Amino acid sequence: MDFLNAFVALSNFVLIPAIAYGSQLALGALGVTLIYGILRFSNFAHGDTMAFGAMVTILITWWMQSVGISLGPLPTALLALPFGILGCMALLLFTDRVVYKFYRVQKAKPVILVIVSMGVMFIMNGLVRFVIGPDDQRFADGERFIISARTFREMTGLSEGLAFRTSQGITIVTAVVVVAALFWFLNKTRTGKSMRAYSDNEDLALLSGINPERVVMYTWMLVAGLATIAGVLYGLDKSFKPFTYFQLLLPIFAAAIVGGLGNPVGAIAGGFVIAFSEVMITYAWKKVAGYLIPAWEPEGLVQLLSTDYKFAVSFVILLIVLLFKPTGLFKGKAV
Amino acid sequence: MNETLKNTGLFAIVGVLILITGFSQSWNSALLIVNMGLISAIMALGVNLQWGFAGLFNVGVMGFVALGGLAAVLVSTAPVGEAWQAGGVGILTALVMGAATITATVLVYSKMPAGRLRTVVILALLIGGFFLYRSIFDPSVAAVEAINPAQAGNIGGLNLPILVAWPVGGLLAAGAAWVIGKTALGLRSDYLAIATLGIAEIIIAILKNEDWLARGVKNVIGLPRPVPYEVDLQNDPGFVESATNLGIDPVTASSLYVKLGYSLLFTAVLVILLVMVQMALKSPWGRMMRAIRDNEVAAEAMGKDVTARHLQVFILGSAICGLAGAMMTTLDGQLTPGTYQPLRFTFLVWVMVIVGGSGNNFGAVLGGFLIWFLWVQVEPIGLFLMETITAGMADGSWLKEHLLDSAAHMRLLTMGLILLLVLRFSPRGLIPEK
Repeated sequence: MDFLNAFVALSNFVLIPAIAYGSQLALGALGVTLIYGILRFSNFAHGDTMAFGAMVTILITWWMQSVGISLGPLPTALLALPFGILGCMALLLFTDRVVYKFYRVQKAKPVILVIVSMGVMFIMNGLVRFVIGPDDQRFADGERFIISARTFREMTGLSEGLAFRTSQGITIVTAVVVVAALFWFLNKTRTGKSMRAYSDNEDLALLSGINPERVVMYTWMLVAGLATIAGVLYGLDKSFKPFTYFQLLLPIFAAAIVGGLGNPVGAIAGGFVIAFSEVMITYAWKKVAGYLIPAWEPEGLVQLLSTDYKFAVSFVILLIVLLFKPTGLFKGKAV
Repeated sequence: MNETLKNTGLFAIVGVLILITGFSQSWNSALLIVNMGLISAIMALGVNLQWGFAGLFNVGVMGFVALGGLAAVLVSTAPVGEAWQAGGVGILTALVMGAATITATVLVYSKMPAGRLRTVVILALLIGGFFLYRSIFDPSVAAVEAINPAQAGNIGGLNLPILVAWPVGGLLAAGAAWVIGKTALGLRSDYLAIATLGIAEIIIAILKNEDWLARGVKNVIGLPRPVPYEVDLQNDPGFVESATNLGIDPVTASSLYVKLGYSLLFTAVLVILLVMVQMALKSPWGRMMRAIRDNEVAAEAMGKDVTARHLQVFILGSAICGLAGAMMTTLDGQLTPGTYQPLRFTFLVWVMVIVGGSGNNFGAVLGGFLIWFLWVQVEPIGLFLMETITAGMADGSWLKEHLLDSAAHMRLLTMGLILLLVLRFSPRGLIPEK
């Protein structure tokens, strides 16, 4: 019984949150990795792209809520999501046309593009704060829990409760669907294949008649979709605040690099590696330990690091990977 | 138009902008802009050393600046005697233990033959070391933080003059830069960017949460000053008399006097640094740096140790940022970890370097002043713009209120726009590299 209780506590505080957070990071890292593979630079504006997509979705959600459109038990934001993606696509395609294209034609060095993306980051960040303000925004509605801690206790008779929030369920389901669709697109469709070819070898791809502008356009559209979905899911699960999205840049990049920049499978694996380490290292293990080893009564919380240092976790993992396996766990492009 | 004339003209324009502020707003705000402009110029010099000379992409300026601020606290405040008795020694022991664990791990990794035994030894060392460290560290920290938490709760400093903190800030930043440089240099340029971004966030997290060190988000206020206090000046009959003779009222005069004092100190530091980096740029070392930047492969073939040189310049540049950080905390008279924002401290400095002209030290200085001036003035200008735009709208309409409220965020938009425009139409900046 104690073992079951320990497992339930572990699922409640570690496994489920880490899987949800990992899915969000994986979606974010997929966007970063796609841009790196095809456009060949690290996009510093990615966090703010996520914020922008989420912001459009939130505005439309509010409008839908005000006219009484809802999805019943599911959050209205899911209905607004496609519009958010469209808005984000429009912004990214516009940015590509007026900003990035110039440097692509010039064949500028990647680091110049990184600096340019920094400028874009400033503008997007300013734009989001300008429209929605720098504060926390709430836009989740519908049923809060799939299983609440109390129902679970009544159902099973265990003393430990397991809460499974709707936002977590939606995150996991959406992430699985989106990733499956993305891989189907990259592996089976003509456009997806041309994208992979372009990423593998630009010159060969050009020789075989692939239109680079088309590839770039599809990349931005995919990135807009991934970024908006990741942003909305994160916002539903935690909360929407422009600055948090900027800070997500670090774990997202860590995930992409740990998995191997430019490698989509790696980005997903990296997302979960980062999320699990972050949650496990900052979790106070006292409760779980109490069930497993009843004789041991620790003084503190049995927490390896306080949650304020969660960025340090992704950072240390990043350093270890850079030191020992600079190409990432799965073979990425970077050297 | 000859080049010297053009550059002097550019500096003159910035000077006139500041003078206009002085005449139209107040001399106080003009001097504030000058002082922060001087500090910004020094930060820009540091980043220019890394990016302009060596092509290294450092986006962790904020972290190094914050370390400088920490140095100001650790050097200048009075030590808290009880705290040292309660747990200061314990904390130091724990930190030394932690460092020893890591050193031992590195030694084992490099000296022992690879194999299962080495992995086991390393794991044992790390895990054992961590728990030992925590078992000494945690109680000491609790003891220190329990002492007079409303006013202290930290170990205090060394009670030395705050000017000593400036070079110490540089040293702290250099130490952090060494750790980062050792791991991330020699890999792709993007990796250094991510690593520096990370270390900056971690340094800020440490400053915010380690209350025993510098009181965390409870802030340290009232740091000692290298210049006299306004109140003392106002009580000094000699000062009041000379102020009245000049026709300024003593209160204004005292605050101007203090700010001018800071300006002189900062100018001295800036001039010394500028002479040094100019000499470095013109020396064989500077030429080697630029050769490495322009063609790493060729430089390596000529026998230059690219990674070591990169490490060197990375440490130097970060040290300058740390120095500037200590100066800034001195100017503020307080350390408030909550106010360190990457957009303000890292990316703004980048805009300064790029707009001024990467690779040119005078460009970096010009960029520092100009962008700081804009950063301060864009907000009132934005508000004025918004008021003009919304003038026709009905009072109390939500759009009008929203637009007026949002004027504050015009800053980021403007800075991003300036950066993109300069990169696109004048990528070498206002004063290009020779």
